Amino acid sequence: MNGTADTFPRLLLRNARERGGRPAMREKSLGIWQTWTWREVADEVRALACGLAAHGFRRGMHLAIIGDNRPRLYWAMAATQAIGGVPVPMYQDAPAAEFTFVLNDAAIAYAIVEDQEQVDKMLEAKAEVPALEHIYFDDPRGLRNYEGLTSFDTLQAAGRAFDDAHPGFFDAEVAKGSPDDVSVMLYTSGTTGKPKGVCQTHASFIAAAGGGAAFDGLTDTDSVLSYLPMAWVGDHLFSYAQALIAGFTINCPESADTVMNDLREIGPTYYFAPPRIFENLLTQLTIRMEDASAMNRWLYRRFMAVARRCGAAILESKPVPVVDRILYAIGNVVIYGPLRNVLGMSRLRVAYTAGAAIGPDLFRFYRSIGINLKQLYGLTETCAYGCLQPSGDVRLETVGRAAPGVEIRIAESGEVLLRGPMLLKEYYKRPDATAESIDGEGYFHTGDAGMFDAAGELRIIDRAKDVGKLAGGAIFAPNYIENKLKFFPHIREAVAFGNGRDRVGAFINIDVGAVGDWAERRGLAYSGYSDLAAKPEVYALVRDCVEKVNAELAGEPGLADTQVSRFLLLHKELDPDDDELTRTRKVRRRFIAEKYGALVDALYSARKVQHVETEVKFEDGRRGIVAADVVIADAKVFPPRVARAA
Amino acid sequence: MGERRIGDVVLALEHVSLAFGGVKALTDISFDVREHEVRAIIGPNGAGKSSMLNVINGVYRPQQGTITFRGEPRRGMDPHAAAAMGIARTFQNIALFRGMTVLDNVMTGRNLKIRTSFLEHAIWWGRARREELDNRRKVEEVIDFLEIQHIRKTPVGRLPYGLQKRVELARALAAEPELLLLDEPMAGMNVEEKQDMCRFVLDVNEQYGTTIVLIEHDMGVVMDISDRVVVLDYGRKIGDGTPGDVRGNQAVIDAYLGVAH
Repeated sequence: MNGTADTFPRLLLRNARERGGRPAMREKSLGIWQTWTWREVADEVRALACGLAAHGFRRGMHLAIIGDNRPRLYWAMAATQAIGGVPVPMYQDAPAAEFTFVLNDAAIAYAIVEDQEQVDKMLEAKAEVPALEHIYFDDPRGLRNYEGLTSFDTLQAAGRAFDDAHPGFFDAEVAKGSPDDVSVMLYTSGTTGKPKGVCQTHASFIAAAGGGAAFDGLTDTDSVLSYLPMAWVGDHLFSYAQALIAGFTINCPESADTVMNDLREIGPTYYFAPPRIFENLLTQLTIRMEDASAMNRWLYRRFMAVARRCGAAILESKPVPVVDRILYAIGNVVIYGPLRNVLGMSRLRVAYTAGAAIGPDLFRFYRSIGINLKQLYGLTETCAYGCLQPSGDVRLETVGRAAPGVEIRIAESGEVLLRGPMLLKEYYKRPDATAESIDGEGYFHTGDAGMFDAAGELRIIDRAKDVGKLAGGAIFAPNYIENKLKFFPHIREAVAFGNGRDRVGAFINIDVGAVGDWAERRGLAYSGYSDLAAKPEVYALVRDCVEKVNAELAGEPGLADTQVSRFLLLHKELDPDDDELTRTRKVRRRFIAEKYGALVDALYSARKVQHVETEVKFEDGRRGIVAADVVIADAKVFPPRVARAA
Repeated sequence: MGERRIGDVVLALEHVSLAFGGVKALTDISFDVREHEVRAIIGPNGAGKSSMLNVINGVYRPQQGTITFRGEPRRGMDPHAAAAMGIARTFQNIALFRGMTVLDNVMTGRNLKIRTSFLEHAIWWGRARREELDNRRKVEEVIDFLEIQHIRKTPVGRLPYGLQKRVELARALAAEPELLLLDEPMAGMNVEEKQDMCRFVLDVNEQYGTTIVLIEHDMGVVMDISDRVVVLDYGRKIGDGTPGDVRGNQAVIDAYLGVAH
């Protein structure tokens, strides 16, 4: 067999040889953490791979994997690769109708799924997916009376028998693999059009995973909690590719509801989560702090002030006055340490967040209590690998420098272009899309608009297609402004306008929970969203937020002209059911601009009030009309200040 | 479902009458429960449903009639003997230890399975220790089955009502019963909690083959999940049969909707 570990199955066998007794995977089952060593995992994968072969699975075929993060599903990934197939993980919470497109597109005949829920969806999809013949399940519960299915155990038993009869088969198959074979196909969710299958080779994922592992010094003593969807490129990188490269341990939670508990029990050293999860953790923590004793609350307030002042600087080994250093050391014992423990982050060396903009207060909170939270930038098409923030030097507004092996260029249009070994091989059966996204020089067009700051770090501003120009020529990045607005807890959604106009205006949705709570504490009575959003007091509250954003924008080079000069609070909440938001809650700005044309015009007129009537869809499918007089308010704008970071 | 085969009669009540002083709670009631079936007892308020259940597991001793469980006829059960014979139940008003965790509450369901002595447990060595580990494994299977892992260590008093009901079911299941008596398992639940509970009841019935007798108010639920239904009104049996039969029964319709006098 080939000696170099240049494909994932060979990496698995290398780990079984070199660190065979070390833990590779853990899963909490019946209340107890069960462990599999690398040697055991290699053995299970071998049985599974032989089982698939015995059931007719051949090189080049695709295999669907659907379910929560479970060791057996990760084995399925490795087993498929070992015999030259391509695993296609899919989002476990998608309905059957969404599976059919992918199942047909990838011509999938074999699927390994977690449980009855997924089996039911497969059987439903099967009506429209003639090729789908072999369905294997992991958890037999509730499946006793189903016909035409095979259990995971049966498949492995068949594999062990096959392996006995053909002892050289498995090793020969692994030896046949080439680094340039496609190792996995990840479907992009696609905000426009049908999902596309992103084909990544062993070589590209190994380059991305290896680069990241070396960058953060990951070793086989590290451990992660694998709880993000297996179909997501981030999980494939962190829980599969990097685990195989560095040989560290992945831990699968007991169930989706126990993740926070499991996190505390495992205490991972390496952690990845989208901003939303960090936000939820902090909210829970804040609520519990409010219930704490007066003494504890006082300590928390005092020491969090110290942490805000010097915590991040200490984490980055920057000079800090001796008094602060001493105070921080005391705080570490009485507050920060216990906080990290409660969050399950006591052992954490490196934590990453990506996927959406993270609020400055949120980011600073974690760093200030000594958690090395960093941002990265990458896409499904680049194995989630592009930019990384180095541990000692982290700035909120940027996503760091190009990761090892990656070249970054900014196109004329402001679009970020990436080149390196981690690029996708192609979009499956879509040569047109492949040709469109990779140019003649081998750069991948990300569709994101960005710029390098003075220190040479990349700043992602917006989706390139959304970036426009004001009539005065200044670059207008609506998402960037909207995110700044949305970082305020009182603002739920925002839509900024300004392309081709002389100034920026915005629609705002208040967060009815947060603002409602605020109103209650002030004794303001309201009957519902529309009523609350029309209150002058609420307008004053939001104006305050808008003006704070304006003050920040005034200090950012090139963005001072895009301060929000006029805004209005929409009379209804933007809703995916009314097609105003996507299912992942991204605003459909063009649709909104058309639907609320009268309001957009009012933003750019001198009018103080605009009457509108809007059709809404109720949850039971009926339709109705909501009419309202929407007030348009002015916000103060500030003269540009020269580069003083906000 | 299909495969779940309904077997012979496991529990038969013949001419059972129960009175509290001069108040007749049950009058001359006879019905049977077959192995592996889901049997519902329905009726308006005060019809005698809970009394019926209490007679089956021996809380009340009827003045007349016999109860035959697994071929053994007797006048009345007593709760301890009923539990030892494999009858477990849940209560209309939740009867859990509020200050104890979910895990500890469910562990109490294993009480009757413990063979080792108090002293051996105090030392917690050898046999006692093995036994406790076995019991814990069984309990963990039930916790997994009812999907309550996330509240394993939470005191029951802090849980919402719907989850407390599920914990009660877990405790009953931990006893590995042959016959499970459920007293209004869906009372006071919202639609989603009811759906979950229905699924669990059916899963228990299918997976473990447990025979289930349940009292329920929600007609929709009863008609969906039971194999046969007994209808009581003012302590008398006024209907017995499949959900379809019962739905068409004029006496039942009158009892529920009232009749013009």
